[in-house]
Amino acid sequence: MSSTAPNAGGQTKAEEEDFEPKIIVFCCNWCSYAGADLAGVSRLQMPPYFRVIRVMCSARVDPEFVLRAFQKGADGVLVAGCHPADCHYIGGNYRTRRRIALLRILLQQFGFDPGRLKLAWISAGEGEKFQKTIIEFTDVVNELGPSPIGSSD
Amino acid sequence: MAATDKIGAVMVVGGGISGLQSALDLADSGFKVYLVEKQPSIGGTMAQLDKTFPTNDCAMCIMAPKLVSTGRHHNITLVTNAEIMAVDGQAGDFKVTVKQRALRVDASKCTGCGSCAQKCPIETSDEYNENTKIRKAIYVRYPQAVPLVYSIDHDKCIGCGICAEECKAGAVVYDQKESTSEIQVGSIILSPGFDEFDARLKGEYGYGVYKNVVTSIEFERMLSATGPYFGTVMRPSDGDIPEKIAFIQCVGSRDEQVGNAYCSGVCCMYSIKEAIIAKEHGGDIQPKIFFMDMRAFGKEFDEYYNRAQNEYGIEFVRSRVASVFENPETKNLVVKYVEKGEPKEEEFGLVVLAVGLRPPEDAVALSKVIGFELNADGFCQTTVLDPVNSSKQGVFVSGAFSSPKDIPMTVAEASGAAAKAATEIASARDSLVTKKEYPEELDISGKEPRIGVFVCHCGINIGGVVKVPSVAEYARTLPNVAYAEENLYTCSQDTQEKIKEMIKEHDLNRVVVASCTPRTHEPLFQNTIKEAGLNSYLFEMANIRDQCSWIHMHEAEAATKKAKDLVRMAVAKSRLLEPLENLMIDVNQKALVVGGGATGMAAALELAKQGVKVNLVEKEKELGGNLRKLHYLPSGEDPEEFADSLAKEVASNPNITVHIGKGVKDIEGYVGNFKTTLDSGETFEHGTVILAVGAQEYKPEGEYLYGKNPNVLTLLEFKEKLKKGEVKGDSYVFIQCVGSREEGHPNCSRVCCTGTMTAAIKIKEKNPDAKVYVLYRDIRTYGFREEYYKAAAEKGVTFVRFEDDVKPKVEETGGKVQVTVTDEDTGKEVVMTPDYLVLASGTRPYTESEALAPMLKVPMTKEGFFLEAHMKLRPVDFATEGVYLAGLAHGPKFLDESIGQGLAAVARAMTILSKKTLEAEGIVASVDETLCDGCGICVPTCEYKALEIIVDKKDETKKSLDLNIGLCKGCGACVGACPSGALTQKGFRDEQIVAMIDAALEDDVEKQEVRQ
Repeated sequence: MSSTAPNAGGQTKAEEEDFEPKIIVFCCNWCSYAGADLAGVSRLQMPPYFRVIRVMCSARVDPEFVLRAFQKGADGVLVAGCHPADCHYIGGNYRTRRRIALLRILLQQFGFDPGRLKLAWISAGEGEKFQKTIIEFTDVVNELGPSPIGSSD
Repeated sequence: MAATDKIGAVMVVGGGISGLQSALDLADSGFKVYLVEKQPSIGGTMAQLDKTFPTNDCAMCIMAPKLVSTGRHHNITLVTNAEIMAVDGQAGDFKVTVKQRALRVDASKCTGCGSCAQKCPIETSDEYNENTKIRKAIYVRYPQAVPLVYSIDHDKCIGCGICAEECKAGAVVYDQKESTSEIQVGSIILSPGFDEFDARLKGEYGYGVYKNVVTSIEFERMLSATGPYFGTVMRPSDGDIPEKIAFIQCVGSRDEQVGNAYCSGVCCMYSIKEAIIAKEHGGDIQPKIFFMDMRAFGKEFDEYYNRAQNEYGIEFVRSRVASVFENPETKNLVVKYVEKGEPKEEEFGLVVLAVGLRPPEDAVALSKVIGFELNADGFCQTTVLDPVNSSKQGVFVSGAFSSPKDIPMTVAEASGAAAKAATEIASARDSLVTKKEYPEELDISGKEPRIGVFVCHCGINIGGVVKVPSVAEYARTLPNVAYAEENLYTCSQDTQEKIKEMIKEHDLNRVVVASCTPRTHEPLFQNTIKEAGLNSYLFEMANIRDQCSWIHMHEAEAATKKAKDLVRMAVAKSRLLEPLENLMIDVNQKALVVGGGATGMAAALELAKQGVKVNLVEKEKELGGNLRKLHYLPSGEDPEEFADSLAKEVASNPNITVHIGKGVKDIEGYVGNFKTTLDSGETFEHGTVILAVGAQEYKPEGEYLYGKNPNVLTLLEFKEKLKKGEVKGDSYVFIQCVGSREEGHPNCSRVCCTGTMTAAIKIKEKNPDAKVYVLYRDIRTYGFREEYYKAAAEKGVTFVRFEDDVKPKVEETGGKVQVTVTDEDTGKEVVMTPDYLVLASGTRPYTESEALAPMLKVPMTKEGFFLEAHMKLRPVDFATEGVYLAGLAHGPKFLDESIGQGLAAVARAMTILSKKTLEAEGIVASVDETLCDGCGICVPTCEYKALEIIVDKKDETKKSLDLNIGLCKGCGACVGACPSGALTQKGFRDEQIVAMIDAALEDDVEKQEVRQ
């Protein structure tokens, strides 16, 4: 249930160079976008490097969107949806889960660190989980440093 | 519409989940609704819950859309902070005097930004969080509150004036007075909910004395992410995480000492849920539940109970706890109880008291003012045959106010009460509702995008962090932005006018608002641009408050940069927006009801009384269904007589066409447009379907000598003999849970315990000396049915509990049945040789039901009952629009519950049948046939079965996709799966999302180029 992203400790090389990671976050309209809003209502503070794109269901996130984001220099992509069994559209998030699992394998095969792509379940009541997810994922991306695509272009 | 002296409006009293459902059903079917709530915001108890059983759905997630729809509904007026003072008139034409207490905030000006509460110096305990947290003297009940209007707590406010100063909208009005108004309505629905039992009255458990003894509702808040400890389970005394938690059941329920003999019906399940959630929050926590009977009687509840034991390792102890003492040093609690005759003690870190449900505090006052009767326990009086009628004509009731009940039963009743309330005033439908008129839409085809950007300060909520002027200035530099401005509050009424002016002045054809969240404010702005002649889908929002200024409060520069990025992304999408049309679907305003039992007949009659033509199909030769097999009801009514009277009413109603002895061969079509063929070959068209096909008593397959010995009977077979006077004997044994709660059929059949009580009481009434034994696992006479359990016990019925895995043995000796059971309490074997062995046999679906499921594209549970759209909030809906279910086909239930669901299905169906055309959302999928190669990958991704592959009749290799827009819900799952780009989601097209991705990363690309 809880997020298992590793906590990056200590100063990384990237941080020393004033690295501002670019993170794209896809949120489903019903749960995770609402969770993000609740984080705001609760004034939970988090790093400002992510940009949310709202979709109706996490299953709308076409693998191409993720690849496009990486191609355009994103350092990390987070896809957030309703918890399993909570999907507003009955079972959309199960499809998301399968797609993201496959995409991570694909990314790895192309020599891209799959850690740059994360899937999280965040409910409308979990402002705190949204905060925690953003903090941890930003840490992970910081640790990984700038995307090889963005910097080699 | 015929001339009528009835008033086409309904007052719903109480704005919890029950009131919301009634209000929405009525407002969606042509009636004006006044929703009166005593609190400043609606939401009731459900808004306080963290999760809901048995799915562990997040309560707020599933409730919020209903809250928002209610708050925003054109034909629902919220009357909050209010109470009913007087009711005059009669059914069809009531005059209700309502007093609204002063909020001391002008609701029309308050934007809900919350700056006032941030600065308010007064802290007081927060009732929403059951006083486990603090709030300010100016407050909203909870963050997602509807209406989102702050109010001042009269008792706590010191009048310092800080909030008035802080409010840039000038909404604070210290001297606001209470107001009284008279509202004319045709029907009234009571849904004031319940109060929790005051645990202080059970002094032996130490609530209010020991800090670490909390009530279940307090614990619910403790589990919540918005609660006092952000979801971490901690002890109030010291903030330690408790290793062991004891849940004590039946606190204030099944307890005549405190005056509540009834069972509260929900506590067993909510305690299991809370134990599971606690365990999920902290894996080392060990919950233990002390209970008397585990009443997991609802749909799939027993499976949940099984999971709690087997997967989560939650311990269950069958014992009524005697007392709780605190260890003064550790603040741990010693729970004293007796298990299997042995006194025991155990220490826990935290004790949760499962408090029962009481009638609401104002029940007596309400009953006097409105003039309806309360029952002996202080709840609203209803009857089994009229489960949502109060004793006063035109006044209906739903939810926990008529008896303790869970959310799905409440929601069903709320719809049922709405149906009854509507029937009362059916002739006045559409008389008081208004339709908004908009100017003709401007044609923007072929025009260059001209985007207007409005950036909101939200008082200081955004402007205090983000440099709003620089964001507006930046917006002006973006391609296609023809106009940009900043506003103090973009959502205020005067800004709406300004937006409309600017659309005209600058010939804008798209609008972007950078402010708060589209979840609450998009409809407002969409309405504004629609009033200015723009298609409402030419609107986009950038969330620079909730997801920017509020979460990066100390990083002004980064937040400003982010706000600019978000505006650039919104503008990029806006450029590609196009007008979308809300699809109009014609509705055939007739109904089909399948099943002519109590549920189906009740539904057909209610539809007919509202003027709907109904086709009622029954496979048997006679209407009545299970009513003709029950023979007795515990409440005394004669079910056979009831069946006759319903059947007579059905036969004489000119709106109902009955098809007896016929089955459904095929149903095709979609909402508003179904066509049914019966096996007789008859066909008819209709707009909705109600499935009330019922279920049957399980016939044991050889268990307990059934079918081998003539004196071994099922409960219904026995009741038939009893009714006919054919039962002769002095000793009777009942065995419970035959074919229920076992492998393959893990769930409870809900009705058999009470059915057994009814039969046992009848035997004892006829022959007080008869020996009657009931062998059981848990007695599940929930709610007021507890009285039948009590009556049976008082009449001398003996109850013997057996362990789940040590079933009674039944043998035949000399033609006589011999039953041997191990009494779980004493561990001793008891041998009986009864004249009759009665098997309380479970409820099973009809196998014929299976054929209906694929016709209507509706799912079934693994046990073969129909599976509703959502177990909690859509109990009688299917995901397939226009198709509803009710009664035993949904799962085992009592007659009153079945009738309630039948009525509920009517209210749901009337939201469709009351309209000539249905408006479908514009955000739906569309398919480009030139790109689709018919691979079919998309088909299984659609949960609503809107997609189908059509194989060309001449050329089998040619396949195409058929998209039924009437079924599409616009989630976009199919679009995300389409490998050829043939599927598109309108409003979220690939190009639009890609444009946002590109825009989000644009800045970064530039910077990296510079860096190199």
